[in-house]
Amino acid sequence: MVSPAKDQAPMPRASVARISVNVDGVDHRDEVEPRLLLVHYLRDTLGRTGTPIGCDTGNCGACTVDLDGATVKSCQVLAVQADGGRVTTIQGLAGPDGAWHPLQTAFHEQHALQCGYCTPGMIMAARDLLRETPDPTPEQVRDALEGNLCRCTGYQNIVRAVLAAAAELRRQGAPEPRGQGVDVPQVSGQEAPA
Amino acid sequence: MSTGMTGRTEQAPVREVGRARTRKEDARLVTGQTTWTDNMTVPGLLHVAILRSPLAHARIERVDASPALEREGVVAVFTGADLAAGLGSLPCAWQVTEDMILPEHPAVAVDEVRYVGDPVAVVVARDRYAAADALEDVWVDYEPLPPVLDLEAALAEDAPLVHADKGSNRCYTWPLVSGDYETARGQADVVLRRRHHQQRLIPNAMEPRACVVVPVPSTGEYTLYSSTQIPHIVRIMMALTTGIPEQKLRVVAPDVGGGFGSKLQVYGEDAICLALARTLGQPVKWTESRSESYQAQHHGRGQIQDIELAATSDGRLLGMKADILADMGAYLMIITPGTPLLGAFMYPGIYKMDAYDFHCTGVFTTRTPTDAYRGAGRPEATFAIERTMDELAAELGLDPLELRRRNWIRHEEFPFTTVAGLTYDSGDYAAATDRATALFGYADLRAEQRARHANADPVRLGIGVSTYTEMCGLAPSRILGSLRYAAGGWEAASIRVLATGKVEVITGTSPHGQGHVTAWSQIAADVLGVPFEDVEVMHGDTRVAPQGMDTYGSRSLVIGGIAVHEAALKVVAKARKLAAHLLEASEDDLDFADGVFSVRGSPDARKTIQEVAFAAFAAHDLPEGMEPTLNAEHLLDPDNFSYPHGTHLCAVEVDTETGAVAIRSYVCVDDVGRVVNPMIVEGQVHGGVAQGIAQALYEEAVYDDAGNLVSGTMADYLVPAAPDLPDLVTDRTETPATSNPLGVKGVGEAGTIASTPAVVNAIMDALRPLGVRDVRMPCTPERIWRAVREAADSESSRKEDAS
Repeated sequence: MVSPAKDQAPMPRASVARISVNVDGVDHRDEVEPRLLLVHYLRDTLGRTGTPIGCDTGNCGACTVDLDGATVKSCQVLAVQADGGRVTTIQGLAGPDGAWHPLQTAFHEQHALQCGYCTPGMIMAARDLLRETPDPTPEQVRDALEGNLCRCTGYQNIVRAVLAAAAELRRQGAPEPRGQGVDVPQVSGQEAPA
Repeated sequence: MSTGMTGRTEQAPVREVGRARTRKEDARLVTGQTTWTDNMTVPGLLHVAILRSPLAHARIERVDASPALEREGVVAVFTGADLAAGLGSLPCAWQVTEDMILPEHPAVAVDEVRYVGDPVAVVVARDRYAAADALEDVWVDYEPLPPVLDLEAALAEDAPLVHADKGSNRCYTWPLVSGDYETARGQADVVLRRRHHQQRLIPNAMEPRACVVVPVPSTGEYTLYSSTQIPHIVRIMMALTTGIPEQKLRVVAPDVGGGFGSKLQVYGEDAICLALARTLGQPVKWTESRSESYQAQHHGRGQIQDIELAATSDGRLLGMKADILADMGAYLMIITPGTPLLGAFMYPGIYKMDAYDFHCTGVFTTRTPTDAYRGAGRPEATFAIERTMDELAAELGLDPLELRRRNWIRHEEFPFTTVAGLTYDSGDYAAATDRATALFGYADLRAEQRARHANADPVRLGIGVSTYTEMCGLAPSRILGSLRYAAGGWEAASIRVLATGKVEVITGTSPHGQGHVTAWSQIAADVLGVPFEDVEVMHGDTRVAPQGMDTYGSRSLVIGGIAVHEAALKVVAKARKLAAHLLEASEDDLDFADGVFSVRGSPDARKTIQEVAFAAFAAHDLPEGMEPTLNAEHLLDPDNFSYPHGTHLCAVEVDTETGAVAIRSYVCVDDVGRVVNPMIVEGQVHGGVAQGIAQALYEEAVYDDAGNLVSGTMADYLVPAAPDLPDLVTDRTETPATSNPLGVKGVGEAGTIASTPAVVNAIMDALRPLGVRDVRMPCTPERIWRAVREAADSESSRKEDAS
């Protein structure tokens, strides 16, 4: 059954919220439904499809991004909760010259990905670990990645890659500070969701 | 090598095959520049949501979609009856016996639902939220019918029927009988019977399924983007199901986030979306949620195995009997009935015996259909033989490795035709086992185990053995035909050397994580003598790679990769003719090395393959009868399956007070023949072993008595995370396959096939001295704790009886 007349009518917006979010260094202003998930805002509204969705229960971690210096599963956060905030996704990790983050390099060199679907979330979660713990043990890496599921690798090469990236970051002597080194617009005092 | 003769002084280049090349695939994947199907959008895209049955079995009395149609943003709603006219039954390609029951399988249920998740209605809306919301306003009246869940009860005379019109829940019974088992049994000193349960598993590729259909109404052309392992098979099957002419249908598998068999399927959602795009004349997209996928993607395993081994008192196997009940679920999908039969030939494993008697009965239940999941029939078979061999060793008081040594096919006996009728081309089980036991420290661990048993350590050490082989590389077409499979198992490759000397390889395989782009580049670069970087591999789009049989059953390298090798040889053969023509020499006088044709004895008379490619492109001066451009195609149909093998050893610590299992060490020595890329091979082993451990310890699709999928979300189904899995020690022996020119064997499923029995054997090895006879998979702490308690209780009651 096809709806008779309204199939080309504009979608009504019962209520919308205005948000302003910086995503991977670019400011965006949008009107969104209050219920819109951050991951759908990134993917469907902004076209930032580097962050994939692997589940609907917050278990798989594929959609992990950085929101104001803390990792969040972007399927568990509303877009409105990111208002005034700064989101870094896998697409914003490379340097301005396109140079890969050491984690991206290490995942490639250590064969820490096969299908690659979990990789964006895995790398974002590992980045969070290395900010807190620059020289982790293999066990600490495994524990830190508990919220990120991979079905291809059995995790062994992911652990290797994170340890290799940690060594490279230490060698560079500049463990990444919380939040990015780029100019951060003043965040409107909003707490990052847990 | 002819480097001296051509006057070149540099070292011979490292050959690509055998190198641990990092993958070409990775750059997009680590930077998020991906093309997952759900990423796609096109102008006018409509979103599809599917209403699914909340009941395991019910008659549909009424579907009222009108409230949903009233909702803002909703474009259309379709019931099963609405769609039935334009969609045929979903296909099953494997009529395993002449009298197999093959029920109708509508993409959307019309009269009756037969599992929780069976589609009932389809909503099309302007965005994904509106579509999901509107499902709440499709009203369905159901008349519940009895669920059918128990495989044995389902076969009883008066059992309620999944398909009432078919008269039985018995889908088929398929025999494989070789030798005289009753005679073997009669001669045996020991006859050991065991029942094994293969729980249902949910494959859990990390990318849920999605499809996008873009129609061109004026020409009747359709492009289906689908998260599939099998774009070529989907194209044929969708043409048959929807009536869209095959030449008007293009199927694209973009980046696909894992499959493990779950995307080796012809799913109703693809057919539904094609039908919707045809009716509405607009593009549509459907993306499943993970929880939806748990109901809507096929499951794996789901068998009860009654195994009997007949042996002499010194441990020589005389015969084996296997009676299998296999859960089909509610409908037969693409290879549902054949999946357990892929194991039928593997129950004898690596062992010699005189007689084998196998029967498998497929049983309909009111659950999600089953089909191929990593290993597909062979993990079940390998578990049965390897678990039962350990039980037999215990019965005979033999070390489990010694029992295996007494029965396995010796290296010098290859090629060896097994009791199941397969001819294993190559293998060296002793070499792999010796390497594994050395890496594992087998003797030391056995000594520690004895000491801890003697001290009644509450944390017991157990050692599990699995000496597996498997048949993969699916498959020789004539064998598939003899097994009544509808299609063949060949593979296609074509190679174009472009005007600038760069190379395009087009493969009919459809990778979704396996690294074919890298490995096929290595194979082609070696034969053509071109740089690895100059090769581009294209796949997964029926317009780009029009021929192929896709990726499953560890077939891609041994068939598709060899097809690339053969096509490259054809390119070189054509280039040789042209080079000889250009150099005014005889073909026989030309050497070809490192991409250069040179005339023997005239070092300056040389043409690179790139120069030859340009000459072929320009076509100014070709030999008589030669066609322009430097291209070749090869379609390869293998003569035999591929038989990788190996020895996996697992040591577990089992806490008898809590039931907790910790894997202390895991050693796998796999023999996958010659290796194209050792890094990729190791990755396949890691991931395969992880999935096998997951079956042993963690995963199960649990249904309640009403037929509800209780483990229905990722929060309820334990996909192991990093802390749940051990570091593996991997190594290889290398016995080249004799069935293909590169000597390669399949590796995609080997780890999964090998590891499950190794882990469970280790647990049983730890607990057997306590009187535990079996623990069902997954061996959860609760199950182990209960098994230990029950064994202790029966031990004390036995003592009481004796006193």
